[in-house]
Amino acid sequence: MSEIKIPTMADMAAQGLEPEILFWVGCAGSFDERAQKITRDICKILQHVGIGYAVLGTEESCTGDPAKRAGNEFLFQMLAMTNIEVLNAYNIKKIVTGCPHCFNTIKNEYPGLGGNYEVIHHSQLIQQLINEGKLKAEGGESFKGKKITFHDPCYLGRGNDVYEAPRAALEVLDAELVELKRCKSNGLCCGAGGAQMFKEPEPGKKDINDERMVDILEAKAQVVAAACPFCMTMLTDGVKHQEKGLEIQVLDIAEITVRANNL
Amino acid sequence: MIAQAIFIIILGLAVFLFAKNVGKIRRNILLGKDTDRSDNPALRWKVMAKVALGQTKMVKRPVAAIMHFFIYVGFVIINLEVLEIMIDGIFGSHRIFSQPLGSLYGLLIGAFELLAVLVLTACVVFLCRRNVVHLKRFSGVEMTSWPKSDANYILITEILLMTAFLTMNAADYKLQLLHFEHYVKAGSFPVASLIAPILPDGAGALVVVERVCWWFHIIGILAFLNYLPYSKHFHILLAFPNTYYSNLNNKGKFTNMASVTNEVKAMLDPSFVPENTGEPARFGVKDVTDLSWKNLMEAYTCTECGRCTSVCPANITGKLLSPRKIMMDTRDRVTEVGNNLDKYGKDHDDGKTLLDNYITREELWACTTCNACAEACPVNINPVEIITEMRRYIVMEESQAPASLNNMFGNVENNGAPWKYSQADRFNWAENK
Repeated sequence: MSEIKIPTMADMAAQGLEPEILFWVGCAGSFDERAQKITRDICKILQHVGIGYAVLGTEESCTGDPAKRAGNEFLFQMLAMTNIEVLNAYNIKKIVTGCPHCFNTIKNEYPGLGGNYEVIHHSQLIQQLINEGKLKAEGGESFKGKKITFHDPCYLGRGNDVYEAPRAALEVLDAELVELKRCKSNGLCCGAGGAQMFKEPEPGKKDINDERMVDILEAKAQVVAAACPFCMTMLTDGVKHQEKGLEIQVLDIAEITVRANNL
Repeated sequence: MIAQAIFIIILGLAVFLFAKNVGKIRRNILLGKDTDRSDNPALRWKVMAKVALGQTKMVKRPVAAIMHFFIYVGFVIINLEVLEIMIDGIFGSHRIFSQPLGSLYGLLIGAFELLAVLVLTACVVFLCRRNVVHLKRFSGVEMTSWPKSDANYILITEILLMTAFLTMNAADYKLQLLHFEHYVKAGSFPVASLIAPILPDGAGALVVVERVCWWFHIIGILAFLNYLPYSKHFHILLAFPNTYYSNLNNKGKFTNMASVTNEVKAMLDPSFVPENTGEPARFGVKDVTDLSWKNLMEAYTCTECGRCTSVCPANITGKLLSPRKIMMDTRDRVTEVGNNLDKYGKDHDDGKTLLDNYITREELWACTTCNACAEACPVNINPVEIITEMRRYIVMEESQAPASLNNMFGNVENNGAPWKYSQADRFNWAENK
């Protein structure tokens, strides 16, 4: 696909327009190089299917998730209320996020503070587009016959009972889907949640992402599909530790969709 | 007559003592803060029926689920027999239901006997899993000698009770065949009839065996009843209210602290007048009295099965955190606080707290809040809530978060992201290709 033009809420508002959906990018999606790629891929999907969307750009800020999980409720609520003010000022009704942590926080914890929106995770958007026939898996890279597995992010799966949407995005690929030994509600955390991403792990025998690699190696997966920027970091590191970088690819659901459709 | 009097005294004493100890646990649970779980009763009944009555969360581990189901059904159904024993004990009758129920009685007794065998088998298997196979799930730092003995006492008691029940029936059956006194034919006794040959043949000796087993069985049950409040076995009662009062929200949703909302609103908007919510003593949880009554009920409901710990990513990778220990520590501490209350009255301070004296900071900071523990719990206990509440105390009251997290807080506060990037650069991703 050619150039992508990313509209901001401020631009839209200046033209008196309201987008159908706000794409909440998140901190990782904004700053982490790997996650930025996924962010652009989500934009490509949105543009491809012609959904009117916008991002907040520099007006976006952390949802407060890591602060809240780490026990800093003050900081969380300060951020939440500031974000809600921005979202409400733009009259936002529907939000798609590129991160299960943002998804969980805005969906579950913002309503109590005055922020009521319909919130979906990008895997749910992709599932919906597939169901509506707007997205397929054609014209791009073929995943046919490849062994693909999905690592459930805690805040998408156990946190919010979203297990099928990301799998739906993989089912259209005609690939060989394999489940990890610990999957769905039994899924093993990547090790980044609860603000662990921002600290060294407590002393122990091994790192959690290395433990997760046991399942991944056992499944003999060639592609590990992720749906969370933090899982992405942890899984990519895990693959590197095992020196399996050439055999195992870690790709986000959005990246896989973009590749399969050559967007 | 004397036997009846003794029976009534023992029964009365047992019920009185049990009620007293249950009252104490209820008092201890109510030392917790108020939290409203009265919404949506229809869904709550459904959750209780599914999770506690139907044991739907047990099936993730099929072997344990089947064995546990035998004991559970055995316990519930054999209690019908206990009802008869009570009536016989009080009125001096013998197998009072046998006449009015007729052939149905024989059928029921047969069912009880088969269940008793299943219970016996399950208890033996469970004992082996704990003491011979040494299943990893039943060990760990928190599984000190008392919790290990507690589990064994429960299983051994159940084996003894079932053995007494079957032996009693066997002696009774043999006496029935002898047409001895009031021992009238009351069914086919499918299991007891197999044991009968090893019992003595004389009527006198058989009556002694039958009576000894009868008394042992019923006194055993009453003693076991009074053991419950001291034991993890209390879950057989609390599983029901505990699942009724389950958290009905998505597991990912953490509570928003109302006291903080007021302060933040006042900070962002100077004209805001907070409603008086009754200032909390402190932010977060330092001791058990800062927890909610639901957290404390969960602590008393925990039966230390260790499913939570066995799926905890921190524990699996050798960190100090064990969700089971969080629940056991909470129970031990609230029991201690309750005992202090009884001994020294309201204003006593023993200088101890749940934080540090029971649960260390290293445990708390190892949690990834992945909710695997809450998902695994067969009775919907949520250790994550206790962990985050204690983090809240450490962060908001003590400012003692690990340095790297303080850095993260600083970044989030100053530039709206957990890393040190400028807010002005937040949209640069649109340019980088």
